Amino acid sequence: MGLTSLVKGVGLKKYFPVRGSFFKKVKAVDGVDIEIAKGETFGVVGETGSGKSTLGRLLLRLIEPTAGRIYFDGKDITKMKGEALKRFRRNAQMVFQDPHTSLNPRLTIAEILLEPLREHGIIVDDPEAFLVEQLEMVGLGKQHLYRYPHELSGGQKQRVAILRAILLKPKFVVLDEPTSALDVSVQAQILNMLKDLQKKFNMTYMFISHDLGVVKYMSNKIAVMYLGKFMEIADADEIFEKPLHPYTKVLFSSIPIPDPKIARSRKRLRILGEPPSPINLPPGCRFHPRCPYVMDRCRREEPPMIEVEPKHYVTCWLYVKK
Amino acid sequence: MTLVKTVEETLEEGLVLKVRGLDVRFYTYAGVVKAVSGVSFEVREKEFVALVGETGCGKTVTTRALTRLIDPPGRIVAGSVLFRRKNGTVVDLLKVPDEVLREIRGNEIAYIFQDPSSALDPLYTAGYHIVETLIAHNKKVKRSEAVREAIRLLKEVLIPHPEVRVKNYPHELSGGMRQRVVIATAVANKPKLLIADEPTTNLDVTVQAQILDLLKEVQSRYSMSVILITHNLGVVADVADRVYVMYAGKIVESADVFTIFEKPMHPYTRMLLRAVPNPLKKIEKLESIPGTVPNLINPPPGCRFHPRCPYAKNECMREEPPTIEVERGHYVSCWLYHRR
Repeated sequence: MGLTSLVKGVGLKKYFPVRGSFFKKVKAVDGVDIEIAKGETFGVVGETGSGKSTLGRLLLRLIEPTAGRIYFDGKDITKMKGEALKRFRRNAQMVFQDPHTSLNPRLTIAEILLEPLREHGIIVDDPEAFLVEQLEMVGLGKQHLYRYPHELSGGQKQRVAILRAILLKPKFVVLDEPTSALDVSVQAQILNMLKDLQKKFNMTYMFISHDLGVVKYMSNKIAVMYLGKFMEIADADEIFEKPLHPYTKVLFSSIPIPDPKIARSRKRLRILGEPPSPINLPPGCRFHPRCPYVMDRCRREEPPMIEVEPKHYVTCWLYVKK
Repeated sequence: MTLVKTVEETLEEGLVLKVRGLDVRFYTYAGVVKAVSGVSFEVREKEFVALVGETGCGKTVTTRALTRLIDPPGRIVAGSVLFRRKNGTVVDLLKVPDEVLREIRGNEIAYIFQDPSSALDPLYTAGYHIVETLIAHNKKVKRSEAVREAIRLLKEVLIPHPEVRVKNYPHELSGGMRQRVVIATAVANKPKLLIADEPTTNLDVTVQAQILDLLKEVQSRYSMSVILITHNLGVVADVADRVYVMYAGKIVESADVFTIFEKPMHPYTRMLLRAVPNPLKKIEKLESIPGTVPNLINPPPGCRFHPRCPYAKNECMREEPPTIEVERGHYVSCWLYHRR
């Protein structure tokens, strides 16, 4: 493991049981290797059900992996327990998609923010002054301290949720679609704030989203996920300039581009149908039933992930040299 | 409908719809919400118009008001909606009797709502929805003919195995497939105007692209006019001919799609366009619009955008801005472009 990597997952799998069946499993994450360097933002894009949220939760040990190991800051945390796990939790936090449900409606903002401090036994001399100072950092103020979540707008709630996550100065934060419930004007405010906070506290982010524009803006490195597996990983600029995997190409040519000239002149690559169910994965490459470049081999054998160019990884038979 | 005051207007050649001074209010316990105030716009024959704006700006209320689909405590208090019917006559939809309106809804003006799961009745098959729509507007159609037509429509919206799918219940279909059924239902009677309210919001991008392609295709096949409501500027750039930008219950700018994206004039449109991250461009810092959308019970006096506008002048706070035609077909409601 390199010196600079902070979070690492090796061969991660998470299968969920299917109700009413002993043998069927939802393969939400199905063999993912991931390495996130210190200080970077690792973006994960994928469609609904691709397993991106499950992967984020696995890395934080919010759910237990079916197989694989997770390393954090050089330590194996896969089986960590008790005090050690609690120390890890202080350093690894999460911001959820929907700020309307991730804040307890019965607690005031002050109570919501004091909870992590109390849980980790951190004593602050003047909690009110401390919280006001912290709230100002995320663009809120004293007037919000004793309000309840329902009195805040969506954007303000998400600011509180972000503050709660970074209050303990974690090293690693998983941001799971933090702006998809917000309007564009508010989204831009939150994204800029997240970038500023990252610089200020030297945090490492994993940024999960289905919005490619947002992921591109936030991330250094981007992984494209499809049905529980990474299809392609590369630097953010590289992957947009030179997408290699057929799925990435299709995905990119489907994104609406806010520029009518480009939107109408670019090449369209469309696929029919929708992702198959992660219970009955197709044999071979999981993308083959929808792939425009499908070959015989794709139907039989699962492609390996290979480094096509330095730091540009693709899981596709098209790029395997015989 | 005696409460609706109207101004006499005529519908020019080439227009399907002309809305003037539409005012919709909601009488709630908290106060009167001025959801839509003085909204005017037109839709031409075969035109793809986009109505874009953020949550709560009144896009949906505006289009629902066109066929009086506003339930209490909401009320249409003013305006006129001129519509050219299939038989060529022009009617004011806010004044016609309910029976006439029933003939128009689903037959001459059809809607596609945001959530395809709730637009379909879970107790009826996909085919039933289409058959019902066909028979409701044409009593002479035989059931068996309607079923055959339903299968043809499902095939047209690219549903695989339409003869099987016609008997499927909504829960047996995926999200994209359901939206296709909703589209098939909407176009069943070949309406003159199709109103699509965020038709792709809950769908994944690859499916969204399929549905947008399909909308474009059915539009040209049936020579329909379309009003697309969306908050996604990327979607607008992809499909629209002309764009209306709404903010806090008013239309602030309108122009053809290329002009809106190349030469936005209203400060809100400009900032909105710069707030959207374009994945094909390298952006150092996104521009954000300070503040939040105002409460429409007590909207700001003067221009409703002035509290968030970096160019706000004194008159913006006092007086509502006039709508100015800055160049042919490009209208802006902003004091910045007012010359004395």
